Amino acid sequence: MSIVVRIDKCTACETCLNSCPFDAIVLKDGKAAINEYCNYCKTCISACPEGAIYETEERTQGAEHRQRIEDFKDVLVFAEQREGKVAPVSFELLGAGRRLADGLGVKLLALLPGADESEARELIRWGADRVYLCSGPRFNNFNDDLYAGALTKIINEQKPSIVLAGATPVGRSFVPRVAARLRTGLTADCTSLEIDKGSGNLIQIRPAFGGNIMAAIVCPDYRPQMATVRPRVMKRGEYAENRAGEIIDFQCDEITSGTKVLETVKEVSGISVNLHEAEFIVAGGRGAGGEKGVKLIEELAEALGGVVGASRAAVDEGWISYSHQVGQTGKTVNPKIYIACGISGAVQHLVGMQSSDIIIAINKNPDAPIFNVATYGIVGDLFEIVPMLTRKIKEIKGL
Amino acid sequence: MNIIVCIKQVPDTAEIKINPETNTLMREGVPSIINPFDLHALEAGLQIKETAGGKVTVLTMGPPQAESALRDAISMGADEAVLLSDRAFAGSDTWATSYTLAGAIRELGADIILCGKQAIDGDTAQVGPETAEFLGIPHISYIRKIEEVRDDYIKVQRLMDEGYDVVESSLPVLLTVVKELNRPRMPSLKGKMAAKKAGVRKMGKDDIHADENCIGLKGSPTQVKNIFAPQLKAERKMIEGAPEQQVAALIEELRTIKCL
Ligand SMILES: Cc1cc2nc3c(=O)[nH]c(=O)nc-3n(C[C@H](O)[C@H](O)[C@H](O)COP(=O)(O)OP(=O)(O)OC[C@H]3O[C@@H](n4cnc5c(N)ncnc54)[C@H](O)[C@@H]3O)c2cc1C
Ligand SMILES: Nc1ncnc2c1ncn2[C@@H]1O[C@H](COP(=O)(O)O)[C@@H](O)[C@H]1O
Repeated sequence: MSIVVRIDKCTACETCLNSCPFDAIVLKDGKAAINEYCNYCKTCISACPEGAIYETEERTQGAEHRQRIEDFKDVLVFAEQREGKVAPVSFELLGAGRRLADGLGVKLLALLPGADESEARELIRWGADRVYLCSGPRFNNFNDDLYAGALTKIINEQKPSIVLAGATPVGRSFVPRVAARLRTGLTADCTSLEIDKGSGNLIQIRPAFGGNIMAAIVCPDYRPQMATVRPRVMKRGEYAENRAGEIIDFQCDEITSGTKVLETVKEVSGISVNLHEAEFIVAGGRGAGGEKGVKLIEELAEALGGVVGASRAAVDEGWISYSHQVGQTGKTVNPKIYIACGISGAVQHLVGMQSSDIIIAINKNPDAPIFNVATYGIVGDLFEIVPMLTRKIKEIKGL
Repeated sequence: MNIIVCIKQVPDTAEIKINPETNTLMREGVPSIINPFDLHALEAGLQIKETAGGKVTVLTMGPPQAESALRDAISMGADEAVLLSDRAFAGSDTWATSYTLAGAIRELGADIILCGKQAIDGDTAQVGPETAEFLGIPHISYIRKIEEVRDDYIKVQRLMDEGYDVVESSLPVLLTVVKELNRPRMPSLKGKMAAKKAGVRKMGKDDIHADENCIGLKGSPTQVKNIFAPQLKAERKMIEGAPEQQVAALIEELRTIKCL
């Protein structure tokens, strides 16, 4: 595969030069020329107003790989636990995994280290067909080598075609080791996973360049296709009390580690948990203007029985603490209703909240980008709208 | 103590704008910087050297212009700099990048390898752990504090979702660091002079004995299929009128969809 400029069509307008994330296009003899720093991201192809840039044939895959790829079938979810309890992200992964497995007509497997059989049963109720339970105290605390060893072992045994893990501190730390070891691709922080109808490959969509653009990534020639997914991005599947499934005791005694966890210290801020689980989030931005505005936002959140969120601007101003920050460098949330008050809607904020079921935007500026993602938009002053909304809701609820 | 810090030159993503007509990045005038997390990795390396002795080498894989990032690192106090650059490295994904970096680290030799938590252009956080895997050594991610360093031992705090873990490891080890770890120093005048004069060692695919099938586009399991602008919700409904009417209408909407 290579990206080629058609000299006859190029008008030297330089649009592609500016669009290239890698500085890989230069003007040579009055025409665009692509140099060796090209990352084959194809941005320039869509940027070129003349249609002068195109891609030569797809990279051909070796016959030996084609053979191997057919050996890989099922979908495998790495299920994470905290203190023996399955973490919510694992149920979300099972939701995504079930959908992919049903689409492909294959089984949904799960690997669960450091928990007991009743937790494994939960995974089955949330959609798993078979759970490999890796119990024993060694697996209670997160350890890169042990977890990487166990995941590698199950992949080598079961040959899944797709492997999903949470983009949590745990998943983001040890899953890359597994990908490196197995000589396969891993796509971080996916926001959407689909099967390509034609090729059957997994199309993995993720934000890049600080959320400014989205990239669709494929791993056509290697298996398994591995991805991590941020918490609160995928929807859970159906919970079925009596779903049938197998639990298999998975022994990993032979795996050793060069590191050891001496101590686990909790610095729980209840708010992190609350933000992730809240049905209603009322978030304030710079438009809140200070403590007075934040107070109004808190009152609305309270009336709704929800939690306060914040943009980075409101956190940087010191009006709301960092644990409330939503977005790229804060939390990803997915409530039933997200009310953004005085938030402009920078991409870094949007990546953390745009999958909320309903987004209500209250902003003075009719051109604020937050309205582009809003389900309902109100152009107005939050100092007027928010207290009125609070009063109405209290009335309805009889508070 | 031989310390290698892996740094990456990245576009300052905070400055990136999108061309609304073509839905593509506008890179014009966007400065190239050292990945912010890597500055914390460098600071950690310099501090370890100051207490335990040894040498700090900065390593980057990238195009020739990445040399300026290495010189910036020298001005902060790095002793040596290595530029891993070869046409054959173009198109590398995290797997191929890690394979390549590991090849260079093997040639250079190291007791502690420091990386940033993630690079702000790709945000993958994969290159650190994958490099450790290729080297066959342990790694610890999200280091927020280094408690103890000895010749063959290290004890650190690893940031987790609900607190932190205290983790120990034998050396050599690879660490990826978060911003809480330290405050990177500013370049000194002496450092700036040194940066001008310093020689930067260049390495290519033959210097690291690379397998052609493992580097660059050919060695990369993942491919970018395409890049597009984030999709926006299509269903938006603007609620017009005086504030009282807007609020009443919003409440009505929420009641019809049974959200209140
Ligand atoms: C690497 C990086 C990471 C980042 N991570 C995050 C992140 O995780 N989360 C995040 O939120 N940001 C993040 N940002 C910052 C982000 O780019 C924006 O700067 C930030 O989100 C802006 O916050 P804001 O919308 O509150 O403020 P502004 O952009 O200043 O917007 C304020 C809005 O309030 C409106 N307004 C003013 N007064 C009123 C009023 N009385 N009534 C109604 N509306 C009013 C204005 O019209 C305006 O739209 C990040 C940036 C970078 C570079
Ligand atoms: N091309 C590169 N050269 C040197 N170090 C790199 C390179 N790419 C990534 N790294 C290191 O790996 C870390 C994680 O990068 P990433 O996996 O791309 O998010 C960075 O903070 C750097 O320390």
